[in-house]
Amino acid sequence: MTHAPKGFIRKYIFSVDHKVIGIQYYFLALFSVLVGISLSLVMRFHVVHPDMKVGWFGSLWPTAAQGGIMTPELYLSLMTMHGTIMVFFVLTTAPQTGFGNYFLPIQIGANDMAFPVLNMLSFWTTFLALVVMISAFFVQGGAPLSGWTAYPPLSGVGLLSGPGEGLGQTLWIVSIAIFCGASLMGAINFIATLIDLRCQGMSMMRLPLTCWTWFVTAILGLLGFAVLLAAGVLLILDRTAGTSFFEPAGLMVSDQILNHKGGSPLLWEHLFWFFGHPEVYIAILPGMGVTSTLLATFARKAVFGYRAMVYAILTIGFLGFLVWGHHMFVSGMSPYSAMAFSVLTMAIGVPSAIKTFNWIGTLWGGKIRFTTAMLFALGFVSLFITGGLSGIFLGQPALDLYFHATYFVVGHFHMIMGVAAIFGIFAATFYWFPKMFGRMMNETLGKIHFYSTFVGVYAIFIPMHYVGIAGNPRRYADFTNFDFLGKLIPVHIFMTHAAYFTAAVQLIFVFNLFWSMKSGKKAPINPWEATTLEWTVPSPPPFDNFAGRQPVVNHGPYEYSVPGAPRDYIMQTDPVEAHAE
Amino acid sequence: MLLAPIVWVLTVVVIYFFAAKVWWFPPPINQHGLAYDAQFMRTLVITGVIFFLAQFALGWVILRYRDDGRHRASYSHGNNKLEALWTTATAVLFIGIVLIGTKIWVAVQLGEPDPHAIPIEILARQFAFAFRYPGPDGKFGATDLKQVNDAAGNPFGLVDSDPAGRDDIVSASLKVPVGKPIKLIMHSRDVIHSFFVRELRLKQDLVPGMEIPLYFQADKIGTYEIPCSELCGLGHFQMRSTMQVMSEADFEKWKQEQAQP
Repeated sequence: MTHAPKGFIRKYIFSVDHKVIGIQYYFLALFSVLVGISLSLVMRFHVVHPDMKVGWFGSLWPTAAQGGIMTPELYLSLMTMHGTIMVFFVLTTAPQTGFGNYFLPIQIGANDMAFPVLNMLSFWTTFLALVVMISAFFVQGGAPLSGWTAYPPLSGVGLLSGPGEGLGQTLWIVSIAIFCGASLMGAINFIATLIDLRCQGMSMMRLPLTCWTWFVTAILGLLGFAVLLAAGVLLILDRTAGTSFFEPAGLMVSDQILNHKGGSPLLWEHLFWFFGHPEVYIAILPGMGVTSTLLATFARKAVFGYRAMVYAILTIGFLGFLVWGHHMFVSGMSPYSAMAFSVLTMAIGVPSAIKTFNWIGTLWGGKIRFTTAMLFALGFVSLFITGGLSGIFLGQPALDLYFHATYFVVGHFHMIMGVAAIFGIFAATFYWFPKMFGRMMNETLGKIHFYSTFVGVYAIFIPMHYVGIAGNPRRYADFTNFDFLGKLIPVHIFMTHAAYFTAAVQLIFVFNLFWSMKSGKKAPINPWEATTLEWTVPSPPPFDNFAGRQPVVNHGPYEYSVPGAPRDYIMQTDPVEAHAE
Repeated sequence: MLLAPIVWVLTVVVIYFFAAKVWWFPPPINQHGLAYDAQFMRTLVITGVIFFLAQFALGWVILRYRDDGRHRASYSHGNNKLEALWTTATAVLFIGIVLIGTKIWVAVQLGEPDPHAIPIEILARQFAFAFRYPGPDGKFGATDLKQVNDAAGNPFGLVDSDPAGRDDIVSASLKVPVGKPIKLIMHSRDVIHSFFVRELRLKQDLVPGMEIPLYFQADKIGTYEIPCSELCGLGHFQMRSTMQVMSEADFEKWKQEQAQP
C-alpha cells in the first residue's frame, strides 16, 4: 500500500493524487464558469441597453467603458472571453479532466493514473493557461475582440485591426497554446491509464460507459489539440515574426498597406475547425457517458444496447474528425467539399440518434427514482434532442446560406454543447459528490435548482432560434442600426431577463455545493445502490483507492434488476454466482 | 415526475412559436428563395415531428415508469432488431433530407455561369461595403492600393492613368435591375466580412486574398438591407449597406446619372 504524502502542499496543492487533481480541475472550472456567466450577463445587458450608463462599468473598464457607457469593442472582448473561457476552461476541464481524473482510475480498479506526476503537471499547466488568459483583460487595449474562433486577418495583424488585437490577442494565443500542451499531457495519461491499468476481469466490454467516453474524448483531445497548437504557433509567428501563413498579399488595414504575401485565412479556418469540431464532442461525450450511467442506475435497469452505445461513441469520435467543413460552408471553400462535409455531418446525426433512442429504451420498463442527479440526466436527454435537431438545419449547406452566423447558430450550440454539457456536469456533481466529499448534497435545493435552470435555459436559448430565422446576425454589439433588427429587440429583452433569472438560480447550486461539503448528511459507501467500482470503496476513498486490495471484476457495469438476484443490483465486483443466469 | 408535464409544456410552447411564425423570414424575392423556403419547411416538419415524438416519449416514460413502490424494473440489455431499425431509419431520413437540399446548393454554387450576367464588384473593408460597375466600356479599370482614398470616394484605389477605369461607377449601395442575372465579384481589403441579404436567402464571406463570385437574380423591386455577417471588428454591428432592386429603366437612368461627374 502506498502512503499518502504528508504536509498541506504535497497533499492539496502539488498533489499527484488523481482524486485531488480531479477536484482541483473541478474548482478551476467552477471559477471559470462563474467568470463566463458574469461576462454573458454584462453582454446581455449591453445588447438591450447599449447606451445606458452604469457607474461600475466605468470603474471596471476606465477606457473601454469611459463614463460607464460600454463601447462595442468592449462588448466583443467580453464575447471573445466568454466563449473562450467556457469552451476551454469549463467544458473541456470539468467533464473530462475533472470527473474523469477522479473516477476513471477508480472505475477501472486502478490505484492512480498511469503518470501521476504528468497529471499534476497537466493541471498546473492548465492553471497557468487560465492566468495568462485572464491577464488579457488587464493589458493595454484589453482583451481580444476576434471571437473564440480568432479568424485572421482580424487576429493576425495586430493593433491595426482593433483595440484588443495587440497584446491582448497575443496573450490569448499564448494561453491557448499552453492549454493545448496541458490537454495533450492529460490525453496521453487518460489513454495509457485506460489501456494499461484495468484490473483483473475489467475487459473493454465491461467498462462503464463513462470510461468509454473519457477514453474516446482523450483520443479526440490528443489529435485535436495537437493541430490547434500548431495553428496557434503559426498565428503567433504571423503576428510577431512577419510570416504570412494566414495573411494574404494586398492587405490594407486602417489605411496602412501591409507586407504580407501568400497566406490564406481559410487555412486557419481549416486548422481551427479540425480541432474545433471534435472539441464539441470533447465537451459533450463525457456528459453522454454520465447520462447513460445515471439513467441505468436510477431506472434500476441495464443500459439499453450497451454495445450499440459503445459503437455509437466510437463512430461519433471517428466522424467527429470528418465534419469540420460544415463550419465553413459560406467561407469561400470549394462548394464540392461542402457537399461531402454535409453528408458526413448528417451521418454523425445517426449515432447521436441511436444514443437518444437507447436512453429512452433504458428508461422503458424501468423503476425510476427521481434524485436531483437523475433529473439532470433526464434534462440532458431533453436538451440533447432539442439541440441536436437544430443541427439538421445547419448541417445542410443550402440552409446554411441563410443561417450561417445568425443567432440560430448561437441557440443551437448553446443548447447542445453549452447547456447539455453543463447538465452533464450538474448530473455528475450530484451523483458523485457523496463519493468525493463524503457527504450528501441537499436534494430540495437541488430540485429547485434543477427545475428553474431547466426552464431558464429553454427561455434563453429557444428564442435565439426565432430571431435567427428572422436573420439576426450574431456578434453584434447592439441592434439599433438595422430596421429589421429593431423589431427583434423585445425578444432580446426577454432572453436577457431569462438569463438574469437563470444566472441567479445558479447561486442556489453554489450554496448547496459548499454548504453540503461542510454540513451535508454523511454519505454511505453506496448511496445510490449503484454497481461500479467507486461504490465499493469508502466515501471519500483512501489515497490509493482500494486500500491495498486488488479488485476483481466479475460482471458488466449495469446489472440491475437481474431476475433471481437477492438485491436489484449486482456490483461489478460481486462474486460470479451472484448472477443467476 | 413533475418533469414530464414541464417537458411537454415546453415542447408545445417551442412548437407554437415555430408554427405561429411571429419572428420569421422576410418574403423571398426570387426562385432560389422559394426553393430555399420549401427546403426549410421540409426540414422543419421532419425535425418538428421528431422533436414532438421524442420529447413526448421522454415525458411518457418518466411518468409511466416512475418508482411507485409496486412494480419491478424489467431485465433487458436491449434489442438488436430495434437498434438496426432505428439506425437505418435515421440514416435514411437524415441523409435523404440533405440530398434533397443539395440541388439548391448546386443551383447557387455550381450552376453554369451566365455569360450575360451583369458584373458588379463588391469590396468590403472595416466597416463599409463599396460596389463598382464597369461603366459603358464593360471593363473594370486597374486598381492600386496606393491610390485608395476612402474620404475622396476611391475605396477601390482606381488608377487615373487607366482609361478603362474612368467610366467605372463606384457606389456605397448595391443597385441592381429587377429580373436580371447578376454576378457579384467579391473582395475584401482587410479582414473577413460577409455579404448577406435575407430576402435573397444568400450569404457569402468576402475573404481578403480571394476573389469569390456569387450569382443571383432579384425579381422584386424594393430596398433590402445588407448586414455584415462575419465578425470584422468593433464596427461590425453597424456595417450596413442596402441592395436596391430597380426597374430596368430606373437602373439605366441611375447609371447615366452616375456617369456625369
